[in-house]
Amino acid sequence: MLDRNTIPQSATFRTRGLTKVYGEGAAAVHALRGVDLEIPEGEIVVLLGPSGSGKSTLLNIVGGLDRASDGEAWFQDQNLSEMSDRELTLYRRDHVGFVFQFYNLMPSLTAYENVELVTEIADNPMEVERALELVGLGERMNHFPAQMSGGEQQRVAIARAIAKNPTVLFCDEPTGALDSATGRAVLHVINDVNRELGATVMVVTHAAATAQMAHRVIHFADGQIRTVTENDTRLSPDEIAW
Amino acid sequence: MRALDRKLLRDLWRIKGQAAAIAMVVAVGVLLQVMMSGMITSLEQTRATYYERYRLADVFAPVTRAPQKMLDRLADIPGVAAVEGRVQGGALVDMAGQDLPVRAQVLSLPEWRDPWLNDVYISEGQRPRAGRTDEILLLRAFADAHGLGLGDVLSATMYGSKRAFRIVGIAQSPEFLFTTAPGEFVPDDARFAVLWLNADALEAAYDMKGAFNEALLSLERGAELEPVLTAVDALLDRYGGLGAYGLEDQLSNRFLSEEIKGLTATSSAVPPIFMGVAAFLLYIVVSRMVSAEREQIGLIKAFGYTDTEVALHYFKLVVFIALAGALMGCLGGVWAGRGLAGLYQDIYHLPFLVFRVEPSSFATGIFISVLAAMVGGLSVLRQVFALTPAVAMRPPAPADYSRSGAITASLKSWLDQPSRMVLRRVMRNPGRVFGAVLGIAAGMGLSSAQMSVMSGFDEALDTTFSVIDRSDVTVTFFEQMPLKAAFDLAHMPGVIEVEPTRGVSAVLRYGTETYRGSVTGMVDGAHLSRAVDADHRDIPMPASGIVLAKSLADTLGVQAGDTVTVEVLQGRRPTLELRVARIADTLMGAPAYMNIDALNRAMGEPGRISGAFLRIDPDAYRAFFKEIKDVPSVAGVTRKNDARLAMKKLMDEGAGTMRYVMALIAGIITFGIVYNSARISFGEQSRDLASLRVMGFSQGEAAFILLGELALVVLIALPLGVLLGFGLSYLVAAGFSTDLYQIPTGFRADAFGIAGVAVVLAALISGWLVKREIEKVDLVATLKTRE
Repeated sequence: MLDRNTIPQSATFRTRGLTKVYGEGAAAVHALRGVDLEIPEGEIVVLLGPSGSGKSTLLNIVGGLDRASDGEAWFQDQNLSEMSDRELTLYRRDHVGFVFQFYNLMPSLTAYENVELVTEIADNPMEVERALELVGLGERMNHFPAQMSGGEQQRVAIARAIAKNPTVLFCDEPTGALDSATGRAVLHVINDVNRELGATVMVVTHAAATAQMAHRVIHFADGQIRTVTENDTRLSPDEIAW
Repeated sequence: MRALDRKLLRDLWRIKGQAAAIAMVVAVGVLLQVMMSGMITSLEQTRATYYERYRLADVFAPVTRAPQKMLDRLADIPGVAAVEGRVQGGALVDMAGQDLPVRAQVLSLPEWRDPWLNDVYISEGQRPRAGRTDEILLLRAFADAHGLGLGDVLSATMYGSKRAFRIVGIAQSPEFLFTTAPGEFVPDDARFAVLWLNADALEAAYDMKGAFNEALLSLERGAELEPVLTAVDALLDRYGGLGAYGLEDQLSNRFLSEEIKGLTATSSAVPPIFMGVAAFLLYIVVSRMVSAEREQIGLIKAFGYTDTEVALHYFKLVVFIALAGALMGCLGGVWAGRGLAGLYQDIYHLPFLVFRVEPSSFATGIFISVLAAMVGGLSVLRQVFALTPAVAMRPPAPADYSRSGAITASLKSWLDQPSRMVLRRVMRNPGRVFGAVLGIAAGMGLSSAQMSVMSGFDEALDTTFSVIDRSDVTVTFFEQMPLKAAFDLAHMPGVIEVEPTRGVSAVLRYGTETYRGSVTGMVDGAHLSRAVDADHRDIPMPASGIVLAKSLADTLGVQAGDTVTVEVLQGRRPTLELRVARIADTLMGAPAYMNIDALNRAMGEPGRISGAFLRIDPDAYRAFFKEIKDVPSVAGVTRKNDARLAMKKLMDEGAGTMRYVMALIAGIITFGIVYNSARISFGEQSRDLASLRVMGFSQGEAAFILLGELALVVLIALPLGVLLGFGLSYLVAAGFSTDLYQIPTGFRADAFGIAGVAVVLAALISGWLVKREIEKVDLVATLKTRE
C-alpha cells in the first residue's frame, strides 16, 4: 500500500503495478503488465513503442477514460483507481485536455464555439480567443470544421484541450493524420503550451523523432516499460528530422 | 455466388436487427392491406353469393292487403324476373323469465314448394311440415342469443291472440343479417325475433286468406330499378301500397353496406402511412450504411466495378428487406384474415364466409412496399454514384454546418453551445427532421383521430340517451290508437309521466333526393323525447312545418326555409308540402319531427297516437312490465338502457373492433418512429458524444445534446399531430358515420391529451433506452477509430 506522504509533490502521475487485461481466459490480452511510473510536473513525456505495447492504454487510464484491472494510478494526491464514474468525469473536466489523431471536433460548431464548449464548463478557463491565438488560429475562429484543413482542425482540437488551463494534456498520435509541415506546426503548439501554461504533456506516438522534443522518453514493449530516457538537450520541433 | 452477393448476405446478417424491424413495419402495412382488402372482397363476394343462392329480392313492396291475382300483374311489369307474395306481420314473443315481451316479425313460407324469392338457409332441423300450423322456423341469431333449440316451444301473440309454436328449424336468411325492431334504429339480436310459418297458418292469423301484404320482386339482369318501383306503386296503390323500395334501402342490407363502407374507409387510410414510415426508415438505414462503407465502395469501384453494379448491390439489399417484409405481410394478412373471417361471420350472421384475397391485392401490397423501399433507396444511390474511388477512400470531411451556422449565430446570446449544436443539426438536416416530425405527427394524428371518434361516439350515445331521450321506456302500439290509450298507460303501476307520440312511415323528397323513413309527431312542450339544437336546447314544434335531423337534411340537401314533399305511406296517404322550420342536432337515426296535432290533421285522424314515452319509478319496473305484457294493443316495449347497450355493442363489434386495432397500431408506429429517431440520432452522434464525455461532460449533459434533438422533434410534432388528428378525425368520423348514427366531430381535448401524453411517454422511454446506450459507449474505441 502506498502512503500518501511518500508521493513526491512534484509528481503529476504515479502508478504502482498498473495492470490492464482485456477479455478473459484464453482470449485474455494483457495490455499492461504491472507498470510502475512517475511523471514529474511540467514535463513533456513522449511514450514510444510498437502497436499494442500498452502506451495508449496507459494514457487512457491516467486520463480517466479507462480503469485498470489491477494496481494503482495516482494523479497528484488523488487515487484514480478509486474514483467513481462521476468523479472521473469531474477529473477530466477540471484537469485533463485530450488531443486525438482524428481531431473529433463538433462539425456543427465553429472553431470558436468548439473551444467555448469547454470554457463553458471549466472552472478556470482562459479566453477562447487566447486559446485560438496560442495555436495560431486567431484569424479563423469563425470557421466551421468543414472549412478547415486537417492541420487547422487539429490545432482547434488542441486549443479546445488547453482552453480549460489543464493540468495535463494528453495527445494520442496528434500528428498521425498530418503531413510533415503541418505535423511540425502542431508539435510547436504542444511545445508552447507546455512552456507557457506549465502543463504536463504526455504524447503517444509512432514517430520516434518526436521524442527529441521531450524531457523524458518512455519506451514500451509488451505492456511493460523497457526504458526511460531523460533528454539532456531537447530539440525544437523545427530541428526535428521528420 | 458472386462475391458482391456474398457481401450482401453478410451485410444483411450484420444489420439483421434493424432489417427485421423495417421488414416488420412493411409487413404490418402489407398485412393490414391484404387483410382488410381481403375482408372487404370476401364480405362483398359472400354477400353476393348468399343473396344469389337464397334469391334475395331486388324490390320489396309492402301493401295493406292485395289479392293473389295481383302477383301475375306484377310479374308482367317489364324487367321483372320473378314475383313472390307473402304475408308478414308483427308479433310479441313471451320469453320465460323475462320481464319484457320480445318483438318479432312473422313471415309466411309457401307450403308445398321452396319460396321463389327470399329463401332461407336452414342450419338445423327442417321447414314446417305442410299442413302444420304450430311449427316454426326461428332466426338463428335470436335462437343463439336466447339459447333456444329444436323442439323448444315459443309462445307468441299475433294479432291479439296468443299461441304456442314448436321450433322445428333454425334458419339464417340474407334478409336478416341485422335485425331491427320496427320503429327502432339499433339492431339487436336478442330483442328482435324472426319467425317463419306455413302460409296457411299465417294467412289465417292475419286474416289474409287469398291475399298478401308484401310482394317480393327480382329483376332481370340489366333492368332499371326506378321504372319498376313506379309501376309497382301504381299497381298496388289501390290496395294500400306502402311504397316499393329497392334492396339498397332494405334495412339489413343497408347496415351491411355501411359496415363495408367503414372498413373501406379505414383500409384506404392506414396502410399507406405504414409504407411511408417504412420508406423513411429504409432511407435512413441505407444512407447510414453507404456513408459507413465509403471506403469499401471506393475500393469496389477502384477494382473496376461500375456505378450501376455498386448501386444495384445496395439496391438489392433494400428490395430484399422490402420483399421479405411484403411476403411476411401477405402470409400474415391471409392468416389474420382467416381468423377475422370467423369473427365477422358471427357478427354478420353469415352461414359461410370464405376468406379470399384477390391476387391483385398481394400484387398491390408487394408493389407498394417495393416502391416505398425504392423511394427510400434511390436518394441514397445518388450518393453512391457521386463517390469517386479516391474521395471514397479518404476520410469524410466534417459535415458542413457553415450555412445553418450563420442563421443560428444571431441566437448566440441566449443559447449555450449544446443548444446551438442541437439547433444546427436540426437546421442542417431539415429533411430528416421533417421526416421524423411527420412520422410522429402521423402516428399521433392517427391514434388521436381514432380516439376522438371513439369519444365522439360516446358523446353521441350520451346526447341521444340522456339529453334527447329522457324517458325510461318506449311503448309502441300495433296501430294508431285514440289518445285515451295514453291515459290508460298513465294508470299502470309505477308510471310517473306519459308523453304520447305518433309516428307514420313516409317518403321524404326534395328535388331528386329521396329518403324512406318516418315522421314523428310530438306534443307541445315534449320533454321526454325532444328535438334539440347544437347547444342541446329544446326546439319547440312549430304549428305547421317540419323539423329535420341534420343527417336527414344533409341527405336531402335541404336547409331551414326550404319546402320538402312528404308522402305519408299510411292511412289516407296524404302528400304534404312542408316548410323546414329548423334543423335538429340529432345524432342517431334520421328522424323528421312535426307537431302531433298538425300531423293528425294532415292524416285526417284527430287525437291519434302510435306510442308513448314513459318515465317509470325504478322500483316498479317489474310490476309495470308484468301488466303491459297483457295489453293486446301493445306491439312493443323498449327499455332505453337496452337500446343504449345494443348500440354500444354494435359500435364495439364489426368495424368497431377495427377502430381499437387501429388506435393500438397507431400507438405502436408512433413509438417505433420515436425510438428509431433516437437510435439513429445516437448512431450518428456517438462520436460527438464520446468527445463530449472525454472533455468532461457528464452523461446527462451529453445526453442533452442527443435527446435535445428528439425533444425538439417531439415538440414540433405535438402541435402538428393535433392538427393532423383534428383533420383526420373529420375524415374518420365521416367514414364511420352512417344513416344509423352520426359521429359528432370537434376538438376533443381528452383524445389529443392522451395521444400527446403517449407520444411524450414514448419519447421518454426511448430517451431512457438511448441514454443507457450512452453509458455503454466505449470512449476510447470510438474516438480512436476513423469515422
